[in-house]
Amino acid sequence: MNHRVITCILCPNGCELEVGWDGEPTTQSVEVLGNLCAKGISYALDELTHPERTLTTSIRVRGGVQRLASVKTVSPIPREAVVAARELLQPMVLNAPVAIGQVVVEDVARTGVQVIVTRAVASQSDPEQS
Amino acid sequence: MTEQIREFDVAVIGGGPAGLAAAAAAASQGAQVALIDRNSQLGGILNQCIHDGFGLHAFGEVLTGPEFADRYVRRATDAGVFLQSNTLVTSLAPSGEIICSRYGQRKQLRAKAIVLAMGCRERTRGMIRIPGYRPAGVYTAGTAQWLTNLANVRIGRRVVILGSGDIGLIMARRLTWEGAEVIAVIEKLPYPSGLPRNINQCLLDYEIPLHLSHSVTCIHGKDRVERVTVSRFDETGTPVAGSEFDLVCDTLLLSVGLIPENELSRRAGVVLDRTTSGATVGASYMTNVPGIFSCGNVLHIHDLADWAAEEGERAGASAAKYAEGIHGDAVVEESIPIRAGDGIRYVIPQRVSRSTDQVLMSFRVTEPRGKTTIRAISGKAMIGSTQLNKAHPATMVQLRIQIEDLAGPVEVTCS
Ligand code: SF4
Repeated sequence: MNHRVITCILCPNGCELEVGWDGEPTTQSVEVLGNLCAKGISYALDELTHPERTLTTSIRVRGGVQRLASVKTVSPIPREAVVAARELLQPMVLNAPVAIGQVVVEDVARTGVQVIVTRAVASQSDPEQS
Repeated sequence: MTEQIREFDVAVIGGGPAGLAAAAAAASQGAQVALIDRNSQLGGILNQCIHDGFGLHAFGEVLTGPEFADRYVRRATDAGVFLQSNTLVTSLAPSGEIICSRYGQRKQLRAKAIVLAMGCRERTRGMIRIPGYRPAGVYTAGTAQWLTNLANVRIGRRVVILGSGDIGLIMARRLTWEGAEVIAVIEKLPYPSGLPRNINQCLLDYEIPLHLSHSVTCIHGKDRVERVTVSRFDETGTPVAGSEFDLVCDTLLLSVGLIPENELSRRAGVVLDRTTSGATVGASYMTNVPGIFSCGNVLHIHDLADWAAEEGERAGASAAKYAEGIHGDAVVEESIPIRAGDGIRYVIPQRVSRSTDQVLMSFRVTEPRGKTTIRAISGKAMIGSTQLNKAHPATMVQLRIQIEDLAGPVEVTCS
């Protein structure tokens, strides 16, 4: 029987999952202890088979009241794609104004996942914002 | 020159999660509310917290810091709050008079109730006294976060992080993504001070070593950090001779704790708690100064913005009621004390009055523990309890008790 302790990252509870499985980890073979909710079980299986993470980073903005807008992948992407996705976003420059939710990339690093803006940046010419 | 003094029911000082939530809650009860913030963009520290993990509690979805802030700015705007950014409060009188400076101009306003929500600042190197020169390359984790996420400044290539607070852990991952090499995270305590999930997704994912029971004992380099000496510390907090090793780095981040920013409160006569460095409050979050309320990180350091905002909502609602003449808290002398007992570091509120019917207590344990029972005792009776699978000082715990059950001072303990 394989055994691993995994901290669930899906919510601040951070449950310490005791994960056990025989052979290939599957929905049937994986046993999870220590999860306070059902999400912990699917998280444990995902961690064993294809760990995923959300990338949050920033992109330069031209003509804005701030130099950077922050962005995120709308859903988690394979963990091994995170650094590649970051490198693809690094050279990009957006033109102000940028709005929350604005799509920056449709399919980042062939993950099929969108990258969207998470912090608005007004244009320098705009009157003072809120 | 006579200046116009604007009158409000409630004035909130500070536009982070707690302040925005307090203002929105007070305004949605019909109060005329002003919110004053010194920065140009509302949202406080959330603007630089571009990582996700916010909002699960408040909105049922996972948001980044700026998105979480935006939700609360909209809530406050929709509720009709008068939002005044770029405005620094320079003095606050117990009578409710507030003097501010806005683009160098003096502004005055008056409110029947005031909510303090100024947040916190970071502990700095001076406060933890590391020997060595003062070379460039030493930053607090929050400053590094601001430089990296908002100012587009690269802070270094080889980074050591002292302290395992959440901002330090988040920055370990962030700097790794930015192409820097994070050599190690050093923590003086035998356990990490950040949330377990951040240990997992920020350190384990990138195989960044975490040295527990260690601290930086010397910073080398004259103009720029060149290396740091790290030593192991024993249970009594003394460095173990011969345990030193050096780490070559050009940058040292300090993530060694946060302190409520209470200069303004103190000058208004607000009494502070020695453990939390925040105000002492009653169940309605009113301080010892009638009409002045406190919430969020200026009251006690929170692990989650969601909790700070929720606390803000409760404080804002109490402030609106106070402005209407409904007082939830009695004067300090007539209140029943709430104390932190065995294994508990502090409890908010520190007192409660019989004019409320229940109180939600927020507290922290002193050290990590496995299965734990939290009990609230009053007189000889147990008036509330909760079971936890594990308890960690990084994680705030809450427990609600009924006032009618009280038979004297309340003590919260764990075993
Ligand atoms: S198992 Fe459920 S409760 Fe525990 S950390 Fe994961 S999501 Fe949160």
